[in-house]
Amino acid sequence: MTTPSTTSEATGDAVRLTGISKTYGSFTAVHPLDLTVPAGSFFALLGASGCGKTTTLRMIAGLEDPSGGSVRLGGRDVTALPPYKRPVNTVFQNYALFPHLDIYENVAFGLRRRGIKSVKQQVGEMLDLVQLGPLARRRPHQLSGGQQQRVAVARALINKPQVLLLDEPLGALDLKLRRQMQLELKRIQTEVGITFIHVTHDQEEAMTMADTVAVMNAGRVEQMGAPADLYENPASTFVANFLGTSNLIEAEVTGVLGGTLHLVSAGQKLTLPAARSRADVTAGDRVLAGVRPEKITLAHRDDEDAIPAGRNRVQGRIVDSSFIGVSTQYLVDSPVGAELEVFVPNVERDARLVPGAPVILHWNPEHTFGLDAAQDIDAGTESDDEPAPGGGGAPAAAGAASAVPAGGAGGAAA
Amino acid sequence: MRPIRWLRKNLVVIAGVLALAYLILPNVVVLVFSFNKPKGRFNYTWDHFSTDAWQHPCGVADMCGSLTLSLKIAVYATIGATILGTLTAFALARYRFRGRAATNMLIFLPMAMPEVVMGASLGTLFLNMRIQFGFWTILIAHIMFCLSFVVTAVKARVMSMDPRLEQAAQDLYATPLQTFLRITLPLAAPGIAAGALLSFALSFDDYIITSFNAGNTVTFPMFVWGSAQRGTPVQVNVIGTAMFAIAVVLVLAGQLAGSRRKAKA
Repeated sequence: MTTPSTTSEATGDAVRLTGISKTYGSFTAVHPLDLTVPAGSFFALLGASGCGKTTTLRMIAGLEDPSGGSVRLGGRDVTALPPYKRPVNTVFQNYALFPHLDIYENVAFGLRRRGIKSVKQQVGEMLDLVQLGPLARRRPHQLSGGQQQRVAVARALINKPQVLLLDEPLGALDLKLRRQMQLELKRIQTEVGITFIHVTHDQEEAMTMADTVAVMNAGRVEQMGAPADLYENPASTFVANFLGTSNLIEAEVTGVLGGTLHLVSAGQKLTLPAARSRADVTAGDRVLAGVRPEKITLAHRDDEDAIPAGRNRVQGRIVDSSFIGVSTQYLVDSPVGAELEVFVPNVERDARLVPGAPVILHWNPEHTFGLDAAQDIDAGTESDDEPAPGGGGAPAAAGAASAVPAGGAGGAAA
Repeated sequence: MRPIRWLRKNLVVIAGVLALAYLILPNVVVLVFSFNKPKGRFNYTWDHFSTDAWQHPCGVADMCGSLTLSLKIAVYATIGATILGTLTAFALARYRFRGRAATNMLIFLPMAMPEVVMGASLGTLFLNMRIQFGFWTILIAHIMFCLSFVVTAVKARVMSMDPRLEQAAQDLYATPLQTFLRITLPLAAPGIAAGALLSFALSFDDYIITSFNAGNTVTFPMFVWGSAQRGTPVQVNVIGTAMFAIAVVLVLAGQLAGSRRKAKA
């Protein structure tokens, strides 16, 4: 999960936060937080608005005084230094370009403040890097959103900071431009090799760009790791629901056999590799068994015999289906939970899979993950204000919400 | 049908021209009568054309002295009010302190209070403090009533400024002083300039408050008023026309500079 200390010492840490916290009166924006960002990495702080991610970023920049803890940049304690003495630069939300200066002077600003006289070559190179050379004498308001964004990046990068901080840098752009800028930023980061810390509420953006993602919730880091790792092995219901969507099934452990947990939910037997369970459980305990919608295969009940043995199976009935081109999304009611989500790629469409059809959901038990049943099963579902393409925050929220009473009833029956 | 359509299309232009005429007409009259050679002492009826007044603008006793005094007071009052007002505006817009709400309200008083009342009470104050009436009492009074206008203009500008611009400057290695000089001040400049121009105009033409606090000193408005009792010299029109011309030239220069900057960019 966290970077092992041996590798971080070998490569050097760009940023190390130790017990850093921020309180405003009685409100705690950031709980004491430890965070280590390896040098040269593209690091994302992901969370819903108000989770403390921007405050954390501003404490690294020095724009916010921490209430406790320390900030170290490249091994040097900078906690007490004002922002203008820290070797970090920020790309602000909405860019904060200086409206009274042209693009050239905006980009040259940091160099000039450090007393560098001949800035022409460096500014020229930086404008070329972000492909804005011909617009050097324009003013910020004459540029499009995407161009302003690139100026903001150039203005920060020209100073060759130890760390570049990006505060929701793509939030103001439309979807197409955002995609383009995601790739552009990734390209620039690879080219210059500077550590990027990127704050965003867009889980897709975080996963596309970053090599390490820290998911924040209510002032705490819930989980940190590579995007694929977070997606496949969420450590909490918040991460499971906030990163993509998950079907969470409340189940009871009936036994542990050879590294496999045997579960039962509403009379349906499931298995879960013990290694993939975050909760340390034994027979009789409750656990949340999770599976991603795209891991599930949907079969009509008539074809039940064709399903290979050893797969997790859940019976259900389709209540809704929506065709979205690359795949079809089904909502399936089942005894283990209402409105389970299933994404079926549109390779060969089965004409019998229509609302009302009885179906079997089956998946490889290896794709099941186990979570502590004591958590809020809906955590992270409502907070994602922008539905992820291919995921869809709203259906996920509805599915998880209604799965609770049904799962509870199933548990009582079992 | 044609004329109606034409009228509908150009209604805005016609209304604009009419409003402009309404505003400009008095100035035109002043201009025309600056070339008059009146028969009597009053420059109210046209007699015949002459450039005498333009050739001898200071040909009237005491007039240019009072004009110089008024300009001097206007410049000093503008400087004083602009500095004080800008500082006050920043304090009110940026900081929370005890008495902020009261200051915010009190700063409007000089604008809201009738000038006669303010002039009279200031006069009483100076009298009771045994301060000699003259240049300094006029200057103090002018700075006081100009202050509110500067504060209002600058505060509006500062409130609309994005605080992140200053944070961005600090993030880009600008010290607090550099941030103020390079970012804050240039961004607030239009508000400060508006406040300063307003101050200059208000101070230059103030009569009521000045007359309560001037003693034996005579400013230009007081001179014009005084001479109007006995007969207005044509030179008053010359000064008026010159002031108008200078103001127009300044505004045009400002517009030109702005549009050129835009064209260049």
